[in-house]
Amino acid sequence: MLLNQFLLLGAVLFCIGVYGVIVRRNGVLVLMSIELILNAVNINLVAFGAQHGIAGAVFALFVIAVAAAEVGIGLAIVLLIYRNRATVDLDELHEMKG
Amino acid sequence: MIASLLAAGADPVCRVNECSAVPANIAFGIGAVFMVFAAVKVVTSRNVVHAALYLVIVLSGVALDFILLQSEFVAVTQVLVYIGAIVVLLLFGVMLTRAPLGVSDDLDNVKARPVGVLVGVVLLTVLAGSLISSFGDDKVALAAPNTVRSVSDAIFGPYLVPFEVVSVLLLAALVGAIVLARKE
Repeated sequence: MLLNQFLLLGAVLFCIGVYGVIVRRNGVLVLMSIELILNAVNINLVAFGAQHGIAGAVFALFVIAVAAAEVGIGLAIVLLIYRNRATVDLDELHEMKG
Repeated sequence: MIASLLAAGADPVCRVNECSAVPANIAFGIGAVFMVFAAVKVVTSRNVVHAALYLVIVLSGVALDFILLQSEFVAVTQVLVYIGAIVVLLLFGVMLTRAPLGVSDDLDNVKARPVGVLVGVVLLTVLAGSLISSFGDDKVALAAPNTVRSVSDAIFGPYLVPFEVVSVLLLAALVGAIVLARKE
């Protein structure tokens, strides 16, 4: 197995996730795209960890924990927006635009 | 050649790069095709629930890759936390915020699509070029399997402080989510 096959798969997933973050308007779908990005990072961490010792796997576990916290807070924020504005369309949220 | 094969066979922990790597490569290839297809569907699907279900395929493929890299504890955690908890949470979010489930056309910002494609393709070109030029044909030299024992030795040894910080972070996220989502 080449190291690059894992790294390139991670790069492809990362770019698809970035596309999703840019293009999607629905808040929940943007959170899903962020999960794609975090998983791409996890593949890289574990692939390098397989080369260089245990630290990659440990950091992948930390990333999973932080992703769980992030999606919990993110969904709470999306629900709050939905409750206040009856929409989760991110293009509608432009109060903070100067 | 034969001697090396015999040595690999005698090795109790049969390292993938010393044994035949063909089955692992086949598994990786099939998994990668499914993952990329499902990831594209996650960001292009016009049905939110379908996007969440395609995300399950991507996350399962990532768990498969972790198993190929001999990190079974991370793979199990991936299945438990991501597929078991995060996808369910996302589906709850979908159900709480979108009453009419089904195909809808307002999920994408059509004007941003060329920008998204451009950014994605440029980023992928740069990333792939730099990866290929710096790692080339490097093999995955699997040192030792990341067993539960070695992972726990690392977490509760040199990484104890980050582990405690992550637990405080999870507690803070829990409290924050309750505060945000609670009705006044």
